[in-house]
Order: sequence, then C-alpha cells, then structure tokens
Amino acid sequence: MMKGLRRLTAMMSLLAMTILMTGCGDKLIVLNPKGEIGKHQLDLIIISTVLCLVVIVPVLILTFYIVWKYRKEKKAKYDPNWEHSTKLETIWWSIPIVIIAILAVITVQYSYKLEPSKPLEHEAEPIVIQVTSLDWKWLFQYPDQGIATVNYIQFPDNVPIQFELTSDAPMNSFWIPQLGGQIYTMSGMAMKLHLIANEPGSYLGMGANFSGREFGKMQFTAKATSQEEFDTWVQSVKDSSPALTKEGYEQLAIPGVSEVETFSSIPTGLFQEIVTKYGGHNHPSSEGGSNNNEHGSHSNSDKAADSDKAPVIEKEDHSSTNHEGHTK
Amino acid sequence: MLDKIKDFASDFFVTGDPLIYGADVSIGLTIIAVVFALTYFKKWTWLWRDWLTTVDHKKIGIMYVIASLLMLFRGGVDALLMRTQLAIPDSEFLSPEHYNQIFTTHGVIMILFMAMPLMFGLFNLVVPLQLGARDVAFPFLNSLSFWLFFFGAMLFNVSFVIGGSPDAGWLSYPPLSGISHSPGVGQDFYIWGIQISGIGSLMTGINFIVTILKMRAPGMKLMKMPMFSWSVLSSCLTIILAFPILTVTLALLFIDRYLGAHFFTLDGGGNPMMYINLIWMWGHPEVYIVVLPAFGIFSEIAATFAKKKLFGYKSMVFALMSISLLSFFTWAHHFFTMGSGANVNAFFAVTTMIIAIPTGVKVFNWLFTMYRGRLSFPTPMLWMIGFIPCFVVGGMTGVLLSVAPADFQFHNSYFLIAHFHQVLIGGVAFGYFAGLYYWWPKVFGFKLNEKIGKWAFWTWNIGFYVCFMPQYFLGLMGMTRRVSSYGWDKGWYELNLTSTIGGFLMGIGFLFQVWQILHSIKFMEKDTTGDPWDGRTLEWTIPSPAPLYNFATLPQVTEKDDFWEEKQRIAQGHAPKPRPQLEPIHMPKNSGIPFVMSAFWFVAGFGFVFDWLWMAIPGLIGVAVCMLVHSFRYKTDYYISVDEIKRTEAAARRVV
Amino acid sequence: MAQSGNHIIAKPSQEHDHGHGKEGHHDLESLRMMGFWIFLITDCILFGTLFATYVVLNGNTAGGPTPAELFEMPGVIAETFILLTSSFTSGLAVLSMNRGDRKGLIRWLLVTVLLGASFIALEVTEFMTLVHEGASISTSAQWSAFYVLVGTHGLHVTIGLVWMIAIMIQLKQHGINSVTRRKVNIISLYWHFLDVIWIFVFTIVYMMGVM
Repeated sequence: MMKGLRRLTAMMSLLAMTILMTGCGDKLIVLNPKGEIGKHQLDLIIISTVLCLVVIVPVLILTFYIVWKYRKEKKAKYDPNWEHSTKLETIWWSIPIVIIAILAVITVQYSYKLEPSKPLEHEAEPIVIQVTSLDWKWLFQYPDQGIATVNYIQFPDNVPIQFELTSDAPMNSFWIPQLGGQIYTMSGMAMKLHLIANEPGSYLGMGANFSGREFGKMQFTAKATSQEEFDTWVQSVKDSSPALTKEGYEQLAIPGVSEVETFSSIPTGLFQEIVTKYGGHNHPSSEGGSNNNEHGSHSNSDKAADSDKAPVIEKEDHSSTNHEGHTK
Repeated sequence: MLDKIKDFASDFFVTGDPLIYGADVSIGLTIIAVVFALTYFKKWTWLWRDWLTTVDHKKIGIMYVIASLLMLFRGGVDALLMRTQLAIPDSEFLSPEHYNQIFTTHGVIMILFMAMPLMFGLFNLVVPLQLGARDVAFPFLNSLSFWLFFFGAMLFNVSFVIGGSPDAGWLSYPPLSGISHSPGVGQDFYIWGIQISGIGSLMTGINFIVTILKMRAPGMKLMKMPMFSWSVLSSCLTIILAFPILTVTLALLFIDRYLGAHFFTLDGGGNPMMYINLIWMWGHPEVYIVVLPAFGIFSEIAATFAKKKLFGYKSMVFALMSISLLSFFTWAHHFFTMGSGANVNAFFAVTTMIIAIPTGVKVFNWLFTMYRGRLSFPTPMLWMIGFIPCFVVGGMTGVLLSVAPADFQFHNSYFLIAHFHQVLIGGVAFGYFAGLYYWWPKVFGFKLNEKIGKWAFWTWNIGFYVCFMPQYFLGLMGMTRRVSSYGWDKGWYELNLTSTIGGFLMGIGFLFQVWQILHSIKFMEKDTTGDPWDGRTLEWTIPSPAPLYNFATLPQVTEKDDFWEEKQRIAQGHAPKPRPQLEPIHMPKNSGIPFVMSAFWFVAGFGFVFDWLWMAIPGLIGVAVCMLVHSFRYKTDYYISVDEIKRTEAAARRVV
Repeated sequence: MAQSGNHIIAKPSQEHDHGHGKEGHHDLESLRMMGFWIFLITDCILFGTLFATYVVLNGNTAGGPTPAELFEMPGVIAETFILLTSSFTSGLAVLSMNRGDRKGLIRWLLVTVLLGASFIALEVTEFMTLVHEGASISTSAQWSAFYVLVGTHGLHVTIGLVWMIAIMIQLKQHGINSVTRRKVNIISLYWHFLDVIWIFVFTIVYMMGVM
C-alpha cells in the first residue's frame, strides 16, 4: 500500500525536521533540568516513555505490516471466519497488564518520593519563599530575609527552597520547568513545594493555570546564584528598594500587569493574612486524604480562632445580601 | 429616552470589534436569505411538517449531523483564529480578552455542540436500523432531545453577538467564572446553553438504553448485537451516570452567580475545589462518552472492509464496558498538581493507567480483524487506518500524563494540548468521519465522491501531524496552554508557525469535505442496492435511504453479522430465510411540542442570562404548559397500511 | 428481552381487525416503565451529588448561624409524617386501581395531593422562618447547600403534585386503561422515590444537624 508508506515517510521526515528545528534540544527545558526534582521527573518521563515504546513500536510496525500484507490485491491468505483465539487474546491482554503493572509500581514509588510537600534531604537549611499569585503578577516574600519581590526570585544554588504558595486571585499554577514540576496556588490554602537548583542560572518561571485576562503575562525569572551573590542581592534590595506596606499590597493586588519590583521590607504576617482571609489553613501534607473535607471542617474553627472582627463584618454583609435577595 | 436605548444597545450587543461587526452582518444576511427563500419557494409548511415536527429517527439524525457540521465550522474558525494569533510572537491580531473568549468557545463548541450532536446523529441514523427496529423507544423524547440541543447551542452561540462570549475556559473554574471575576453575561450564556442541551443529552441516553435493551429484532441476543450498538450502549450508560452531575454543577454555579449563594465562592465558606472535582467527575467520563461510539464505528468498518468477522467479539464487549466503568474512577488525574497528597495521586494515576489495558486490547483486536482479511481501502477504511497510529501515539502520551509525578511537568502545557487533540481528533473526529462516510449512502441514498474524499483524508491527516506533533515539543519547552502571545526570546516561534500551517491544512481538509458533499450531490452516484459496501449487519438489508418504517417485515436474526451469513448461505445455493407476511405498521405521529417547548427553554434561558424575570418566568411556564399538553394527548399514533408498504417497497424496487 | 417490545413494530396478528390493539399499547407501556426506572437512576445521581455537596460544605457557616441553632424539629417531624403518609395513600391508590375502582383511585390520589400540598406549605413556612432568623441562601455555604438540597426535593414534590392532578383529570376522561394505568404506576413510583429521598434528607440534614 503506497499510501501508507508515503505517510510513514511524511511522519518520519516531520519528526526529523522537528528535532532539527529545536536545535539540539536546548530549548526543551523540561528535558534539560537543573535541579534534583526536575532530574527525577525527567528520569520518570524517560522510564515511562521507554516502557510505552516497548508496546507502541511493535504495534505500529504490525499495523503497517498487516495493512500492506492483506490488501486485496495481494491475495494473501484469507480466513473470513477466524474470529477468536484464546491464546492470542491472552497474550495481548497480558502484555499491557504487565507493562501497566510495572509502570504503576514505579509511579506509586515516585509519587511518595517526589511528593511536593515533602522537605528535601539536604545538609543546608532550606530558604523559605512565600509565593502569592495575584491578578496577573507574582508576589514573592522572603520571611527570613525580610524582603519581597514581584515577578522575580533569586536564591542560592544547592540550597533547598521551600515555597509556600497561596493566591489572592483565581487559582494559578507555579511552575519553574527546569527545577521541577508545578503546583496550584489556591486562595485559602498554603501549599508547599520543595525545589532545589543544582547549578547557577536564570530559569524561566511561569503561571501555568489560566486565571483571567492577562494571565499570559505572569512569567518571571528564577535566578540561582552563589550564596555570596544572593546575600549581596538581598543587601542591595534592603538598601535601595522601598518598603512594602499593607496599603502598598492593596495597590499591588489590584488587577493589572506589573514589571519586576523589589521591596526592602514586608508587613508582618501578610502571607498568613492572605491565607486566612479566605478561611484557610495550611494544606494537608502528603498523608492528607480528601482535601475537600479538610477544607470544610477546618475553615470554620480557624476563622473563629483567627479574629473576632471578621464574623461581625460578615454578619452585616449578610443582612444586606438578604435584603437584595428579597427584592430580587 | 434615546440615550437610554443607546446605552442599552451598546451593552446588549457586542460592539467595537470589526470581526464581530462582520459576523453580525453575515448572520443578518443569512437569516434574511433563509426567510426569503422559504417564503419564495413556499417551503414553510414543508419545513414545519417534514422537519421541525418530525419524530422520525432518521430525519432527527440528519438534523443532528447538519447542526454539528455547522458547529464544526464555527469551532474550526475559532481554532484557526487562535492558530493565526500564535503563528508569530508578540502578535496583536487578537486582544487577550478576545483570545480568552475564543479558546473558551472553541472548547465548549467542539466537545458539547460538535462531538456530542454528531455522535447523537450517528446513534439516530444507525442504531434502530442495526437492531432491526422501526424507531427508537421514545420518538417524541428523541425529537425533544434534538431541539433542546439545538436551542441550547443557539443560546450559547448568541453570546457571540449579544452580551459577550464566556471567557473562563471550557470548564469555567470558579472563582474565575464566579460573579466576582466574571460579572458579564457571557458566563450565564455558558451555563444555560450547556444546561439546556445537557438535559437533551441525558434523555438521549435513556432513550437509547431502552431502545437497545428492548427493541432488538427477534432472535438478536445481546451477544449477537453489532459492535456499534454495544458501544452506543456503553456510551449511554456513561451518559446517564455522568450527566446528572453536570446538571447539578452548572445549577450550583448559576445559583452562586444569581442568588449570591456560596458553593464555589472564596468567601462565605464556599469551596472552589469542589467545583473542580464535580466538573471532572462529569468531564472525564464525557471524553469516554464521545470516544466509545467511535470505537464501535471502527469495529464495524474493520470487519466490513476486511471481509472478515470481528476478532475477539467478547473481549471487545468486555473492554467497552470496563472502559465505561473505569472512566468514573480517574477524574482526579486532571489535577494531580492540586496537592491532594501522594495517596490520592497514586490511586488516580493507577486507575488511569488501567484504562490503557482494555483500550490496548481493542487495538490488537482491530489489527487481528484485518489480519488474514481481504482489505480494500475506500474512504471509511482510510479513516480507520489513519486512526490506529494516531490513537496509539495519543494513547501513549496519555499514559505518560497519567504518571502523576511526571505530570507535574506536563500539566497545563502544550504537551497536554497535543495529547487530548490527538485522542479527540484522531479518535473521535476520525471515527465520526469514518462513520459518516460509511453510513452516508444508507442515509442519503448516494455515495460520496471517493476521489475528493481521499484528498480530504490526506490533507486532514498530514495537517493533523503537522499541527499537533510540534505542540508536544512546545510543551516540553515550557509553553503553557491558553497564553495569548509570547515573546521572541522564548524560542517557540518555529514550532508555533509549523503548528499553524498544520491547522490550516486541516481547514483545507474540511473544505475538501464540503466540496465533496456538494460535488456528490450534483453528480449523484445513486445507491440502488441498499448494500454498497457488501455490509454485514441489518441496516444494509433495506433500501437506501430507508423507508419511513425502516423494515417492511421484521428481520429474524439467527447469528452475529446476520446479513453477511445470509448472503453466504444464498451464495451457496440455499434458499433465503422466509419472510413473514406484511401487516399494517404502527407509527408515532409528528408533534410540534418538542420544538415549541425547547423554544420556551431558550426564552427562559435568555431571560435568566439577562436577569429578566418577565421573560424567564413566562418561558418556564411555557415549558410546563407544553408538558401538560403532551400529557393530555392520547391519539399519538397511526397505522401505515399494507398497500402503502407495498407501494413504497415497489418504488425501491423491492419484492415483499 | 429481544422480543418486539416496540409499538412501531407490527402489532400481533390476532388483532388485525381491531385497529388500535391493546397489545401494542401494552408493549409500549412497558418500555415507558423501563425508561422511567432509568430516569430515576439519573435522579438518584442528581440527589447524590447534592447530598455530597451538602456533606462537604456542612459546617462552613462562615461565622453565621448554624443548623443546630435554627432547626425546629417538631415542624420537620410533622413534614416527615405527612410525606410518609402520602406515600402510603399513593400506594392505596394503586391498590384501588388494581381492583378497577376508579372512584377509589381518584379519591386516594386526591388525598395524596392534599398531603403533598401541606408538606410543601410546611416547608415554605420553615424556609420563611429561617430567612427571618438570618439564614438565607446567601448567608453561608452551609445554608446555600441546605436550601438547594431541600429545595430541589421540594421542587420535585411540587412537580409531582401538578402531574398527579393532571393524571386525575385524565382518569376522569379516559378511565382506567393501559395508558392511565402506566401513568398511575409511574407517579406512584416517583412518589415513593421522593419519600426515600426525604428520609435521607431527614437523617443527613436535620438529624445530623441538630445532633
């Protein structure tokens, strides 16, 4: 069958072209990780691809062979009533079962190993960065250093980073492909993500989950440097940048895009305030079951414990909405 | 006063975009042209009597197919607009707002208003004929389902020119889709458009389950039923279990928006994550709902054009049923990155992988149906052959995505986009195209031109790979879905341009198909045999197009592929099966109620969208009155006399 | 199963002369009965989703009133008894129908309608009291879930009432035949179904709410 062959060549040349165009795979940043987590994830990608190819390649070859061999013109063996073979069917039920079983075991192992909320084993103390996704910008707070940045992070290499993530806008997803996979940022939640950069460099970071009009502009640079360079940078931010105040944060939270900004100080407890604003709690760790229930049962008590003011305000809100509800 | 009207009009109509003004003008002109043509050719009564009020499954099927092809056009234009925008970096062809609207409507239309109705169209055109039945179990309900879909789709599409389109993505996660972040009416159009057509889908599910379980021809045991009907059964079972969840989810979202409730809001104790769970509990089964019938179509086509029995019938049935069951236990794989913990992720990763097993078995069975066959390659078979590599590769990337810890790197990227387009186009679209080509002669009584069909197939197929293969690599380069533009510095330019070229190739493929249909109508190659492909199942025993009552006498089934076996017997010199005597046939009368009732749903939905209770309440009352009127109708049937059956059969050159 | 359960299938030959044969209708009615059972499955899932929603949001009062503070059990218990009784009377209606007693059938349906209407009246009163006490649908997720779950059940009952009245009129017009028989069987099935749902509402929403 000429046409099948023609398409095969078309596909092959297309693939070759694609690989050529990408220029040695430098741009394929997911396949070019610079951090431990990303490297493990790459291992997993390679293992699973190879396992799948073990089945896929023979199937594709078999397809072309059968289409070629049994086309009408060739008058190959014709057996119109052959419709069942226990032996054959057992074989092709078992092949995928075996492959999937192997893959499942590996996946489960890695799920625990790479659970994002699990701290990395490393001799250095982790650096904490608190991430807030806003309408269409990223706010990063360094609670230990007492500084904050917008759309830019810098951190020392070979030091684990503990990201604590929340959102003061529709959910987004925090992703630095070369360091490792992403995690959602959600209002009322403080998620955790542990990453590490094994070598210095500037890495692309992005908001991966659609969150409204300018979501495409939510990209940032994640820069890994030596510890000294990092310390110098922190000092320069402290020396030369304005302070972030509560009012400043309110301004920042107004929907809109933003350039890179740095702040020499942060209001105390701002991150926690953003989380609890939506009745939140720290997200259940790897052993957590259904997060819905957790959210439901915790939020009430958290809120009551948090401040006496909030419920009063809410009560007033209710009466007005009630009223509206009626007139509607 | 005039200012007030002006203010209202500028809110009510979508303004400020030349593309939309162009659309306004063309929509207006089309409506005028249609009304004029109907009046000039005095076709209003014909339209009402023969189409709008029909309860005949074949005509309803045709209307589904026409509507879904129109929606394919609209969804395709959306796709090409997006690809044009992304072809070069920093493009200003579309604003971010406009781009967000377009990817939202593209997704909704392609899944809910293109794939679903095309699927229902094929159900209607084929299932009763394959079962040897004279209609579906509930013809009235069937018509209602269609009109609910139609008016739901229209309501959704109206948002293009009135009020503004939804722009929160095809599944509209709150709080983005809530009143706090989407105060416009677009989101309400989304809710009501889908809700109204969703009720129709649910009823179709019920209808076909009863049809398949209760209306098979005498002797057709379940395990002798054609594979397409099996796939329809599995798809419908999935529909009735999944669609009520969608109904509730959309209703809750609407109540949040309309009455200020707190199901999915950030304040007041609402839980947006619950929406994400609920919508995927429907959304994941939904993709299997649309793909299972495609599997059935491929089974029919493989057997027919290999001139060989379907290999592993029992395995195929078992695989279909297990896929539809398993599809309910995988929904959380759409948000592995939501931090549910390793236990949850591991569980859903494994359940997702398990689905690959029955799916893989089906591929082997198709291959071995062709093995030792006599393969010929008319257009339906081409799509079948094109499907296998495409679906196998798409399935493989699906397995890669299901590996939860690795998904952290794929999620929300173009890798995912490439994957689901590969299974949805390679599986669903190719499958339904194959089905349309295959059953076209049965439905319309003439074959489609093979030569243009081959052109269409090759442009579609090559276009597909050119469009979507680069997107896997774009995903690995860190390009995330739904970005409306990107900078030159990213290095995504070449692959995006390639992808756009592929997209336009598929567009050309669609044009070939349109040309193919028009050309075939003009130079009609009539099918006088009723069995143009040397088919195997009951639908090929009757004339093309099928008469109103389908079967003059009900077939007596003794075997799987009964018609094929009968032809073999006759070829060996045996006498054909004796036919029972002709008897008058009991038929349902046409009814205008489904059309009117669905129009009232449209009115009610439109009223709720704009918060106009003066419009919404009469709409709902209209719906209730229609139901009552139907309940009080008792004379809903009539008989076709033996003489008339004889005349009809004679006109189709059949001896009875 | 594979029998011709299809009214569009040629009717059995023995009634060649009768025109609209009762047998054909009988098959059609059994199809419709089966369709209704499948509809009930979908309705079960609909309520199941609402119950799940309620359970997830239960306790999310956002500092507002809690169910334990506002629920008044005597009214709810009265509602429960009324609905249970109406389920019983709808069963009596079917028994009358099976005896061929049209008057008894209509009378028991009427009793069922009246009981159902008083159930709805009590429920509306309860909702109005709750709103006055500061718990409306927009108060908190807890109350949103409450009103939508209980309200959906109430809406089902209301639709059932209108439907039952329509069937009573049809019984007056046509008497008991295969069509009206199926309709009475279906409405009775529907009514029992709503009763079962209410038992779940009573347990999960009210009992667990005050406990």
